[in-house]
Amino acid sequence: MVREEVDNMVEDMVIDGVGTEQKPSSEFPEGFNANYLKIYYGKLFPFADMHKWMSYGNDGKHPGCDQSYFGRREFSFTLDNDIYLRFQSFNNVAELENAIKEKCPFKIDIGPVYSVDPAKRHAYAQSGDNIFTPVERELIFDIDISDYDDVRFCCSGADVCSECWPLMTVAIKVIDTALRDDFGFNHILWVYSGRRGVHCWVCDGKARRLNNEQRAAITEYLHVHKGNENSLKKVTLAGRSLHPFLGRSYAEVLKDFFEEKYILSQNLFSDEERYEKILEMIPDESISSELRGKWLDNKRSRDDINVVRWGQLKHLLQSGKQKVQGIHRSVEEIVFSFTYPRLDLEVSKHMNHLLKAPFCVHPKTGRVCVPIDPKHCEEFDPSAVPTLSKLLKELNMGALGTGGEEELENTLLGKSIRYFRSSFLQPLLKSCKEEIESSYAAKIQQSKNSLSW
Amino acid sequence: MEIVGSRGKSSVSSAGDAFTDIQLYRSAPELEVRLEDFELYAVHRLRVLKGISDGLSRGKKPNEMEDLVNELWEVNMKRSEASEFVNKDIISHFVLRLVYCREEELRKWFLSMETTLFRYRFQRESPEAQRALLAEFNLPYKAVSSAEYESVKDKLKQAARSSGQSVPSADTIFYKVPFEQVPDLVASRRVFILKGYAYVAMNQVVSLLMTQYRSNLSKALVLTNRKWTSMIREQEKDRLTPIVEALSTSYLGPDYSQPIECADISLKDIDQVAKSSFPLCMRHLFEKLREDHHLKHGGRMQLGLFLKGVGLKLDDALAFWKAEFSRKVGAERFDKEYAYSIRHNYGKEGKRTDYTPYSCQKIISSTPGVGDHHGCPYRHFSEENLRAALNKMGVGNRAVEDVMDKVRSRHYQLACTLTFEAVHGASCDAGINHPNQYYIDSQKILESRKNSKGN
Ligand SMILES: [Zn+2]
Repeated sequence: MVREEVDNMVEDMVIDGVGTEQKPSSEFPEGFNANYLKIYYGKLFPFADMHKWMSYGNDGKHPGCDQSYFGRREFSFTLDNDIYLRFQSFNNVAELENAIKEKCPFKIDIGPVYSVDPAKRHAYAQSGDNIFTPVERELIFDIDISDYDDVRFCCSGADVCSECWPLMTVAIKVIDTALRDDFGFNHILWVYSGRRGVHCWVCDGKARRLNNEQRAAITEYLHVHKGNENSLKKVTLAGRSLHPFLGRSYAEVLKDFFEEKYILSQNLFSDEERYEKILEMIPDESISSELRGKWLDNKRSRDDINVVRWGQLKHLLQSGKQKVQGIHRSVEEIVFSFTYPRLDLEVSKHMNHLLKAPFCVHPKTGRVCVPIDPKHCEEFDPSAVPTLSKLLKELNMGALGTGGEEELENTLLGKSIRYFRSSFLQPLLKSCKEEIESSYAAKIQQSKNSLSW
Repeated sequence: MEIVGSRGKSSVSSAGDAFTDIQLYRSAPELEVRLEDFELYAVHRLRVLKGISDGLSRGKKPNEMEDLVNELWEVNMKRSEASEFVNKDIISHFVLRLVYCREEELRKWFLSMETTLFRYRFQRESPEAQRALLAEFNLPYKAVSSAEYESVKDKLKQAARSSGQSVPSADTIFYKVPFEQVPDLVASRRVFILKGYAYVAMNQVVSLLMTQYRSNLSKALVLTNRKWTSMIREQEKDRLTPIVEALSTSYLGPDYSQPIECADISLKDIDQVAKSSFPLCMRHLFEKLREDHHLKHGGRMQLGLFLKGVGLKLDDALAFWKAEFSRKVGAERFDKEYAYSIRHNYGKEGKRTDYTPYSCQKIISSTPGVGDHHGCPYRHFSEENLRAALNKMGVGNRAVEDVMDKVRSRHYQLACTLTFEAVHGASCDAGINHPNQYYIDSQKILESRKNSKGN
């Protein structure tokens, strides 16, 4: 019944155009379905911006532009019935737009740029030379809240709430700073994955051209958690000091977050089961049992019990007389174990991993994968991310008039698209243009030299 | 490099840099090389590289690798005359370039073994020698100025302390290089990185040189390949080409062409011995033969030569094959069509040369087709079939997973080694390189158990 209504309404909208006399509100129940998605792709999905981005300046008129560039990018579609189409490629924005509108994929993934058009890879394979190979790919990161299940007690699995989401905020801050300050990357896009985490796209030319070994090196640099489900202490910080990167992450992000927010919101020290986990991370039995003894008699205090107990733990571990090997890093190890970003390593290490495109709609939540501004990531609230049905409702109420660019500006999605354009795309394209021009100039210079010689 | 007949003399080049023996192999030397040396030197270097490859895939630690590489180098490459030694080093390197330039897989293997060799040789050099080599690389990186050092010295010290290195002082030389050039130092957080540049201390410079060495060699291999296909292969088709082609699949251990002395294998024991001591490849062929009373050519060769190697006499071999084949094709057809090739394998027909049993390498690189049962099960079986076969051999679940792990990373001989260890409950430190070695090692273990039980 409900389904029929929606179908009819969609028909109406297609015929009448949107925003004529549609009834407001409740016809768009929250959730996700193929018909909503069709309208989303038809009216809201930013094809032109995506094409601009994926062209990296090669769609321009400059003689240094590589016109085949966009057409060598792999897209893959997951369709309604779980059909998975890999190695889709498009020569221009119209082809991309038509294919997406026609196939209405539930999920669009973006792969690498290959040496040749991925759709024609078989033809090349038959020619005998093994020349079908990835040549460029953004450096990508995938961080899922479900990988933090052993350190969050409010939710588990794909669920996320305002108590545990800040772990993602911390991850963005730590990784974003390292990518910019340590590795010198500038064009970084963070995206909400639509449900339980965040994706990161590093788009600088030199990031796109990293080989797998270099990707793995960066990934390992950023990775500190070792061990598995069966080992208690997940972070070991050996050495006589923290590496500058870890030291900075600790001092600027992790420590304050853990002490001022996380121990409170997760009640890490008021619940015996939880603080036992922490005590087990202390390598010195005498210290952990001393603390355990203190905490068993539940003395009332004016201050929050979590803060008090964390203070006691720190005092005992750092009180100078603790010269035992392995003790001096314990406090940091606890903080890192709970708060340091947990990356999906395999995604980042290989050029040919696929990653969901920004502005897709998550089929389970109906939420749009919108960009997150790392400068203001603590303001990001996943529960406030526009859903498909909210967007359609808004469209229906007349947000779209003439059918043009400015329509988008006024929708709930407008802010996200504006951010994408002004903070990510424009600076990116500017530096792409410069890069294309300078490498072209260098090439000309080189050929001149070789002529004169 | 000019290759001369056996009467030519190998002329000697200057000893090169006084500081170090290490070569960067920038261009092929102007040397005359005797044809015998051409092959012999290559085989010696190949032993070094294979040894390195073995050490790496067995997960040896850096300090163990350093000892291993040093020993391999001393044993296989050292000559009494320093200049001879340098020549041997250069010649063997350039010959192996020819051998390993011809396929992507070969190039990759050669690149990573040569780079590893370079790394450990470099590490053993004196600081002066290292500096001289660094200069020879002509890298575009400048040492960090003292003003810049002052501005980042706290971070440099912190990075050094965090990774257990000696803490730098004002006279420690640092190079500032794009982080992409030193992936191993980045991955292990052994350098301070700022805005895309890693601060590499003098004692870490080997990482940088490895990257450079590797990239130079990689480019050179591509060029060599071009020359090989466009000229050398044809020009040298009667002389070097056969040697080069044989070298890339050569197996360097003992060839097992003479049956082992210890024990002949008799027909009545053969089923029992197949179960206890045949490697999976041979066991599989053996069982298929018993089952189908037939094997195609590739299988007959692989199993037949193996059986010869383990000591099955010609007459027994004829009886053995005849017993099976005649059930399928009849005794008469066997005598007419198949007996010849068995006698041939034993050198009794045709050229009368002894055929040698196949090594693992040869078996792994074979390409069995439809209806074939030869090849290396770890490489050629589906995962499902391999698991079933291992279970049948009595390999426990944990060990099966370990074996599958090696298979996935394409270390087929290690997979076989692990199987051996699981089946025999004993370690096999040398690794399995030859089916006949598997057999001999297995028999040794079983024999010693029998004896100790008797006592
Ligand atoms: Zn939660």
